[in-house]
Amino acid sequence: MFRILIATVMLFITALSVSAQSADLQTILQENSKAVERSSRTTISPILDALLESESTNISTLLENWQSKKLWMRKSDGLFFFVENSDADPIELIDIESNEVAGTADKSDLKELRPNSGVRAVMASTLVRFQLIDEDQIQRTNALTAIERDPDESHLDVLRGTIADEPVTAIKTRMERLERLLTIRFDKDSTARVDAITHFAGDTNIDVRAVLNPILATQIKTAKEIPETENVAQRLSVGNGITHDAAYQLLVDNNLAPQRITTKARDAALVANIADGKIGGFDVASLNTEARRIEAYQALASKESVPPFITEEAAQAALDAHVFYDAYIEQDSAVTDAARNTVRSINTRVGAFQVADLGLDALSLASIYFLAAIGLAITFGVMGVINMAHGEFIMIGAYTGYVAQQLIPDYTLSLIVALPLAFVVAFGAGVALERLVIRHLMHRPLETLLATFGISIALQQLAKNIFGTQARPLTSPAWLDGAWVYNDIVSISYIRIAIFVLALLFFALLLFILNRTRLGLEVRAVTQNPRMASSMGINPDKINMLTFGLGSGIAGIAGVAIGLFGQVTSELGSNYIVQSFMTVVVGGVGNIWGTLAGASMIGGLQKIIEFFNPSNTLAAQTFMIIFIIIFIQFRPKGIIALKGRAAGD
Amino acid sequence: MSKNPTLLEVSGVSVTFDGFRAINNLSFQIGSAELRAVIGPNGAGKTTMMDIITGKTRPDTGKVTYGRPGKNLLKMNESAIARVGIGRKFQRPSVFESQTVFDNLIMALKKSRSPLDVVFYRRDDSDVSKVEKLAAEIGLADQLQRLSGELSHGQKQWLEIGMLLAQDPQLLLVDEPAAGMTPEEREKTTDILRKAAETRAVVVVEHDMEFVRRLDCRVTVLHEGAVLAEGSIDHVTQDQAVIDVYLGR
Amino acid sequence: MERSFLIRQPSVLIFIGLLALFTIGATILSEGFGLGLISTSFIKTLGKTLCLCLIALAMDLVWGYCGILSLGHFAFFGLGGYMIGMWLMYARTEQIVINSLANAPLPPTSGEIRDAIGSQIFGVVGGSEIPTIWTFAHSFPIQLTLVVLVPGLLALVFGWLAFRSRVTGVYLSILTQAMTLALALYLFQNDSGLRGNNGLSGLQNIPGASNVSQDTISIWFLWASALALGLGYLFAAWLVSGKFGSVIRAIRDDETRVRYLGYSVEAYKLVVFVITAVIAAIAGALYYPQAGIINPAEIAPIASIYLAVWVAIGGRGRLYGAIIGAAFVSLISSWFTSGQVPDVPLGFYTVKWVDWWLVLLGFGFVLVTLYAPKGLGGLFDRLVRRQDA
Repeated sequence: MFRILIATVMLFITALSVSAQSADLQTILQENSKAVERSSRTTISPILDALLESESTNISTLLENWQSKKLWMRKSDGLFFFVENSDADPIELIDIESNEVAGTADKSDLKELRPNSGVRAVMASTLVRFQLIDEDQIQRTNALTAIERDPDESHLDVLRGTIADEPVTAIKTRMERLERLLTIRFDKDSTARVDAITHFAGDTNIDVRAVLNPILATQIKTAKEIPETENVAQRLSVGNGITHDAAYQLLVDNNLAPQRITTKARDAALVANIADGKIGGFDVASLNTEARRIEAYQALASKESVPPFITEEAAQAALDAHVFYDAYIEQDSAVTDAARNTVRSINTRVGAFQVADLGLDALSLASIYFLAAIGLAITFGVMGVINMAHGEFIMIGAYTGYVAQQLIPDYTLSLIVALPLAFVVAFGAGVALERLVIRHLMHRPLETLLATFGISIALQQLAKNIFGTQARPLTSPAWLDGAWVYNDIVSISYIRIAIFVLALLFFALLLFILNRTRLGLEVRAVTQNPRMASSMGINPDKINMLTFGLGSGIAGIAGVAIGLFGQVTSELGSNYIVQSFMTVVVGGVGNIWGTLAGASMIGGLQKIIEFFNPSNTLAAQTFMIIFIIIFIQFRPKGIIALKGRAAGD
Repeated sequence: MSKNPTLLEVSGVSVTFDGFRAINNLSFQIGSAELRAVIGPNGAGKTTMMDIITGKTRPDTGKVTYGRPGKNLLKMNESAIARVGIGRKFQRPSVFESQTVFDNLIMALKKSRSPLDVVFYRRDDSDVSKVEKLAAEIGLADQLQRLSGELSHGQKQWLEIGMLLAQDPQLLLVDEPAAGMTPEEREKTTDILRKAAETRAVVVVEHDMEFVRRLDCRVTVLHEGAVLAEGSIDHVTQDQAVIDVYLGR
Repeated sequence: MERSFLIRQPSVLIFIGLLALFTIGATILSEGFGLGLISTSFIKTLGKTLCLCLIALAMDLVWGYCGILSLGHFAFFGLGGYMIGMWLMYARTEQIVINSLANAPLPPTSGEIRDAIGSQIFGVVGGSEIPTIWTFAHSFPIQLTLVVLVPGLLALVFGWLAFRSRVTGVYLSILTQAMTLALALYLFQNDSGLRGNNGLSGLQNIPGASNVSQDTISIWFLWASALALGLGYLFAAWLVSGKFGSVIRAIRDDETRVRYLGYSVEAYKLVVFVITAVIAAIAGALYYPQAGIINPAEIAPIASIYLAVWVAIGGRGRLYGAIIGAAFVSLISSWFTSGQVPDVPLGFYTVKWVDWWLVLLGFGFVLVTLYAPKGLGGLFDRLVRRQDA
């Protein structure tokens, strides 16, 4: 079947070419010599048609050269030649049929043809049809790109003529798609357009929406009665779809009602009519209320020195006498119906993808919160102390990463060094803090909170004194640049993926340490009952020191990750501290699953609120905190709470 | 004692912590002027029972009614329960150590508990004399202006009992009042409790059998969250089940 | 009968006396009234310090006496400032607008005046409409009532939610901090109706007193602040000396036990929380006209933590401790950060106090917490006791 089709088409093409084999290029150009010389948008078309009818293989070269002003005329006999190098002397002439050198001529004997931009555009679109059947695949793709960028009506037939012969499937698919887009825009046949529109149901690419949206563009109109010819999208009534003022203004714009006197016009008229400190019998000084000004204006109007007010009744009558409606600019209702359906299906898909993208964003935010909070959760859970300097441990980690990058120029290598180094430095700082301060404030949680706050101010200022107040860059290695892109809507940067992986890694590692190692066993014992644990030979002092170090060390690593994300400043940690607290409190204390749940909830929530109000991240954070305060009402011990007697009071 | 109308009724109460049944279908009654001792081994549910009555723990099932007409205690919080006339003394003496004995007692004295009334409260002579009388009863008459943190362990226990009495409750729940006391102090504690029980119900949770015997009252034995036996001390000490789980150890 | 709390607490009278001496002394030495030995800007600093002492007093009540470590009282302070700032800014802009419209061909209507005020005040955040929350900004008495009402209501709602669910200890501290952060973030928005991060400015100009010099106004505010602090101190002393003070201290030490005494702990905490929030708001309403400008950064959580630091350094659980802490730390802070303290050259490095003061304060505060948990007030107590002995 397919073969027969091809054979028929081939036959058809052959037949065409035979009938057109009458003239060669030079002859055609000579026949239209005057028009060629001074071509315009209108005169060029018949010539191009004639050229296309010839069987010449060199039409595209001719058009290209003509377009790029390489087609010259010899004044002596009016023949046309290509000129490659117009600066040479004498100028070399090239035959337009065979592309061979056809002699030379003096510059004074030649005239350059200068087609204007309109003509060049017509040529270009004609050229496209040659490019579309070019041997070279790249030429064909380029031609498609050119059409996509600047489509016009004429391309439609060209495309339809070439699709069947296209050997490469990928290009063919692209052609078919483009053909449908062009059909929607330019075809005169309603059914064809509807078919094409229907075909795009669920297609989330932006180009489809770019074609469909203009079809659905509407304009608010008014008339005594809706004309039959209108493709009405929606009837409007005053107060429902259109405001009173807007409706009246529309009547004014369409000369269906007189212009109302605006406050500004009224006041201008009043000022223009001031005479001897009075306006229409009213003292100027008394006109300090709207009511008085209206009265004064009416007084003027009654003397016919200014046009009268349009009364509210008159305005209402004018509105009542007319209908208001929203009409599609596109006349064909079948097309608009199809477009509406397709856009709806597309929007559903886009919505689904947006949710997926939102999910990815939320996941990455949750990972950051998890990394920032998990150290805090460990120390809070095991020791019951809130470490306000936790944010500064994050900052220490970030600065460690910065210093490592200053010493080791290779970004990959410096990152590999920075991660463990940040852990070690922050671990050390944490142990020092535990030994020097927190140990002495055992069982005084509020004092601990304040003392660690003192440490936090001091460390932050120290960082400012050492590294300066300006932000320090922490550059990510090249392989972390860029993003994983699924389609126009769903994408995520590699660095976010890396942070997600890091968070997962730490989650697994901590689960392992706490549930599968001796240290974990002792930590859990101390968490649940410190007195019992110490009587069983566990040294709570040592455990406290190690857990505090561990929590701080992880904060250090989180610092490197967060630093890669933005820039390193002394406030880096304090920007995350409140969110970290929230994560721990919401998740439930003393449980890494709880922290995971808390981080997911807070990250997810923040993204969801941002989604509904994308312009305003500040409002998003405000609402999130309010939500958390209310959440605590219902689960005062967090999402995953320890139950029963172990939870204590 | 059988003519004694019921003051507190606990019926069919169960509570579970993480799968562990601390109280298992517990039912008992307390009369309105009665001294009752509750005994039982560790984990029998004695403290949990008091937690339920005073509103600290909510049971999974069951009813707790108090007074006449019966008020549902399960619908009330701790402070409301205290205000209807149930006082509780904890095992470890808990008095407000940074305040004087006098202030501790004034705070406990039966008066309006609403913040507004308390802000404008000015003590009058009758309050002072009530406090002085109470202090004499618990043997702290000459210690009124001392910080209660400076008192000895036994004195703190008495102060706490004094605070309970100042509340003038209908029902007193007392958790191990004699723990850590010298024999003379125990003697005195017994007297205070027996005197209190003349006009109100007193429930004493105790470990020490000697002390219980000295109280000379009806005894309820708890085991695994339920009543194992009830009756006079001689009756329960001869009960085979009680001997098996508790005394016979 | 009970003796008056004033007789039982001689420190109250001593404090009031000292405060009066200080205020009169400062007035005599000031530019506005007397010798001109103290500059107007320093009088303002002193007046602001008195306001900070007042909020520290509130903090001491809620934390030192009732045991609620609130990290949110600066939010109430700031709200108080905003409420009075709205009137100051509105009324002053109104005067300016009326003056500038005086030469218009038609006398301005109230609507025109309002529009002009709107674009004058809100032009900076790209608006010209006067937001609904400014409905009463023209009225001094209403706005003054709102100084008390708005923060009081916020404290009531927040406190009711928090205490009802029995959030205590560090949890509660964090929750109050979250409240502060939420409020600050909200105010940072341009469409919050309070001019976003621009805040309210020009508050030092008192409407209706445009011909009174700042020298004089600063004295007015010094006296007003001193009066507020004195009354606040008397009120706080009266409150904590009676049975109410006994109950809230008992709540601080063992709230479960207080519950079994029949006191509704939640209600007491709520009362203290709201009262102190109102005191903080009054302090704020007196502070910001002296500072001249208020913006959301003032409400940031860090400010409330500093407040806790002052009270801790001064010694909590004693009223004069809060005063000592706030006055000492805030004055010494402004001295160090003003650059008046000579730098310390170490040869290889020069210690600039502007940079190193916070480090000193941070570590100093840790030392106070570790080794002087009763703060400077505790040291003061020890001195007095030694003299008695």
